[in-house]
Amino acid sequence: QERAVVFFEVEILDAKTKDKLCFLDKVEPNATIGEIKSMFHKSHPQWYPARQSIRLDPKGKSLKDEDVLQHLPVGTTATFYFRDLGAQISWVTVFLTEYTGPLVIYLMFYFRVPFIYAPKYDFTTSKHWVVHLACMCHSFHYVKRLLETLFVHRFSHGTMPLRNIFKNCTYYWGFAAWMAYYINHPLYTPPIYGEQQIRLALIIFLFCQIGNFSIHIALRNLRPPGSKTRKIPYPTKNPFTWIFLLVSCPNYTYEVLGSWLGFTVMTQCLPVAFFTLVGFIQMTVWAKGKHRSYLKEFRDYPPLRSPILPFIL
Amino acid sequence: MSAAAPGTSKAAHSDVAPKKKKGPGALATAYLVIYNVVMTAGWLVIAVGLVRAYLARGSYHGLYYSIEKPLKFFQTGAILEILHCAVGIVPSSVVLTGFQVMSRVFLTWAVTHSVREVQSEDSVLLFVTAWTVTEIIRYSFYTFSLLNHLPYLIKWARYTFFIVLYPMGVTGELLTIYAALPYVQKTGLYSVTLPNKYNFSFDYYTFLILIMISYIPLFPQLYFHMIRQRKKVLGHVEDYSKVE
Repeated sequence: QERAVVFFEVEILDAKTKDKLCFLDKVEPNATIGEIKSMFHKSHPQWYPARQSIRLDPKGKSLKDEDVLQHLPVGTTATFYFRDLGAQISWVTVFLTEYTGPLVIYLMFYFRVPFIYAPKYDFTTSKHWVVHLACMCHSFHYVKRLLETLFVHRFSHGTMPLRNIFKNCTYYWGFAAWMAYYINHPLYTPPIYGEQQIRLALIIFLFCQIGNFSIHIALRNLRPPGSKTRKIPYPTKNPFTWIFLLVSCPNYTYEVLGSWLGFTVMTQCLPVAFFTLVGFIQMTVWAKGKHRSYLKEFRDYPPLRSPILPFIL
Repeated sequence: MSAAAPGTSKAAHSDVAPKKKKGPGALATAYLVIYNVVMTAGWLVIAVGLVRAYLARGSYHGLYYSIEKPLKFFQTGAILEILHCAVGIVPSSVVLTGFQVMSRVFLTWAVTHSVREVQSEDSVLLFVTAWTVTEIIRYSFYTFSLLNHLPYLIKWARYTFFIVLYPMGVTGELLTIYAALPYVQKTGLYSVTLPNKYNFSFDYYTFLILIMISYIPLFPQLYFHMIRQRKKVLGHVEDYSKVE
């Protein structure tokens, strides 16, 4: 004997104009928002699922793709509101583009490609060994980021608004060019305290590169492949992750306190210091947001932790 | 710099100021009334100073010197407005207000004050006059709005005078910066060259040129925004005026 299945009817209205955009009948009760987005996409091909925001309330929060129709507070005729998020681009694409730029741009300055410095310096190399070291560190850093984007990170969101790629690339590429110009300049002045300063900076830099990588791996392991689950990160056997005891977002801590501060000390270059400062401000904003989400989502979130700097911030 | 625009600096504020009224508390409102009254008075002092100096000398030349101090004082004082937004007693964007105030402050100190040779230029008088008229209208607009008693004349002035004052101010500002360029280049004012131990350089001359270029995209945006605001706020005026 088959149990009668109650099908749902779904109507989708424009959140701003309240126009009826789409009517779907005979929708399975266990259909997900993601599946409804695909159905909506069929009748409106210009709005692919990634740019659809579906909500219960015109001004409310977006429903998640995983939400199931029958578990939502709707009757058998469900009314949803649609908002166009605008052209979207995948996170992976954005990351790859914004990180490849600095890698290539820095090397152009390092090799003193024509039209940057005076013609007599074209294709020459700096006589200071710290400049070669800096190039290796900078390049290593961005290669690491590219590889992590391809193989390590598990993204919650597939996409972001298209205009972000222009904003982000301007930031990363612009700063990379600005820093690289001075570090590779024929009139570059090496660090005042010479070898000691450079060695210390390199140690800090490498330590924090490993630290940052360890955190990325730990975060990846919290989330099974293809899933978007969120769990509280905890220290693992890797000592570099013990910082989780004191900080919510140690990946940012390592990035700022270590890698970029180290690079600043290594190159003794004011533009690098500016980049570190701006990055720090941005990462603090992100860390505070993440910390707040953790607190909201998990009742038992460890109270000792600060967002980015132990006890301070 | 584009804050030369009468009324531009609080374009967002202006739509909200007459309508809100649940915003700042009684103490904040009292403070803001005092602030706006003081600023209105200050710019009136500058206006009077300009007129008196003109009548005394009989020429437009070199009037800057007669109002240099109150100009610096009251224009710099406008930095408080950024604080008002940050603290929340004024419902405007901190970033937008900051940008507009700092561009005025930049022109006052980093160009006119710093490059003595431009102080006797007529272009300085051009933007000072534009700023003075704008600010008198703007601050009295806020004062009356806060007291919930805004005369239509003031509202009309705020949304109409900018049509002439904004381009006038921008012209004065651009000509002044342009006049400053040769002196900046010659003296290397505010510039840092390589080599130095911070591995940093800054060319104030190029910076000023970039500032001038930035007026090209910014000025039309702000100007047309004000024109749109004018239609919204004063819209019905056009209908009446068409009746013969």
